[in-house]
Amino acid sequence: MRGWPLIRAWTILVYTFMFLPVAVVIILAFNANQFGAFPMTGLSLRWFVALWENEAIVRAFQTSLTLGLLTAIISTTLGVLASLALVRYDFPGKNSISTLLIAPILVPEVVLAVSLLLFLQMLNIPKSFFLLLMGHVIFTLPFVVLVVQARLVAVKKDYEEAARSLGASPIQAFFQITLPLIMPAVMAGGLFAFTISFDDITGTLFWKPGGVETVPTQIFAMLRNSISPEINALGAVMIMLTTGLPLIGIAAARWHAARRGR
Amino acid sequence: MATIEQSEKRAPWVLLSPALVTIALLLVVPLMFIVVYSFWLRTSVGGVEAAFSLANWQEALTDRFYRDILISTVRIAAITTILCAIIGYPVAYFVARARGVNRGFLLLLLMLPFWVSYIIRTMSWINILGVSGALNSLLLAIGVIDEPIQMLYNEVTVILGLVHFLLPFMILNTYVSLDGIDRALEDAANSLGANPMQTFWEVTLPLSVPGLAAGAVLCFVLGAGTYITPVILGGPTDAMFANLVFEAIITQLDWPLGAVLSLMLLVVLGAVVLTYNRFMGLGQIAKGIG
Repeated sequence: MRGWPLIRAWTILVYTFMFLPVAVVIILAFNANQFGAFPMTGLSLRWFVALWENEAIVRAFQTSLTLGLLTAIISTTLGVLASLALVRYDFPGKNSISTLLIAPILVPEVVLAVSLLLFLQMLNIPKSFFLLLMGHVIFTLPFVVLVVQARLVAVKKDYEEAARSLGASPIQAFFQITLPLIMPAVMAGGLFAFTISFDDITGTLFWKPGGVETVPTQIFAMLRNSISPEINALGAVMIMLTTGLPLIGIAAARWHAARRGR
Repeated sequence: MATIEQSEKRAPWVLLSPALVTIALLLVVPLMFIVVYSFWLRTSVGGVEAAFSLANWQEALTDRFYRDILISTVRIAAITTILCAIIGYPVAYFVARARGVNRGFLLLLLMLPFWVSYIIRTMSWINILGVSGALNSLLLAIGVIDEPIQMLYNEVTVILGLVHFLLPFMILNTYVSLDGIDRALEDAANSLGANPMQTFWEVTLPLSVPGLAAGAVLCFVLGAGTYITPVILGGPTDAMFANLVFEAIITQLDWPLGAVLSLMLLVVLGAVVLTYNRFMGLGQIAKGIG
């Protein structure tokens, strides 16, 4: 086709548009210049050291990691159970329930945040880490359900049935047969929930109790003054963490599949 | 054997109950609750009082201020969606038709932006367009300008930030649709005498509409509901509707008004999602994510 080179050039241009600004964040994080702007005067790790010495940022990191891990655990548990029901069983109302489970994606995050916040205010439950955690569970759950469901379809039901016919209880069959088989999907769902929770800002701004900051809300608060090399360094650390984890996950899954294939 | 059959019937509900209870308690009930809340009154001491008053609704629906911002929010989201479709379509087409290693690599790259925090992607533009950013440094260095110019904090940069944030959603959804097209249909059109342009307009494009529409709905809904982008990349007059909601709830502590404003946003965006569901079905969006 004659238009092909043109489409290829356009694709390269659009990919550059998508990645250039993010690449600039990482480059500027290593900038020696004390204003953190162009032109760069040299390479330095000083801003990363500054991060490590900034107590508020370290605390925000701890909060984000705890929140992300707990969100991933709860969301994945709920999501895997629900996906099993949706993939393995037929029951009345399945379609509506499927839609209900992905509903949190369809409601704008601001509205979701406001309704949960006001509901708990009315019950006289003050803002807390627990509210933040439940909020994160709600909007990560649909993603876990979608990811796990997609992979679960590929795992045959025969193995479970074989185990059952050999006398395993449903719970034994689940833990010894099904769970190991769907483990890659469980891990993928958990990773997805973790990165979404770790990156979230809108809901977190509504739900976080006073004095608690996650990394994104910390960046947001720091941006009030102006962009600084420290923010770029913090951004670079976050980028490495949230893109590094899934990439390691994909690599591990490939390695696992290759080993099993031999 | 009846007991086994019964437990088979119960099993899906047992498995579903934790997720369903969570969603009912934290999403469905709170959403119904803010409808009630929107009729309540704010007391002079800053609390709320149970009542049935239309005052909040009246204020939000008649005040020009809210209406203007709602209209500009919809306009910004619509412009963003159209730009994403125009910019993203050729890219999705290229990825869907690329072969071998290239295609896997391009797809992986397409996933990467989803893993980079929204706030980092948004603030990254300050490094590019800010007064001491890359573009100003470049223009100064080659002598086009003598003094740095402020390119940020206007509606154009808000739209730029939104396009940058939402483009991967559009490309990925369109890709899913394009990838599912049976190539034999295009070959058939060609062999029946259609030229490549005709084949594209009459076969490929119509068949990719479901993905394009799914991408468009996601772009529009996420764009119109954004809170962060206007705060970071917009000026004082570029507030969008979600900023009003935040202002009412967090800053002014006027919860009933905040409830009304949230519901207005939900109704407008819900109408878009329902229209889409009526014609396309929500399954297409699920395909793009899974």
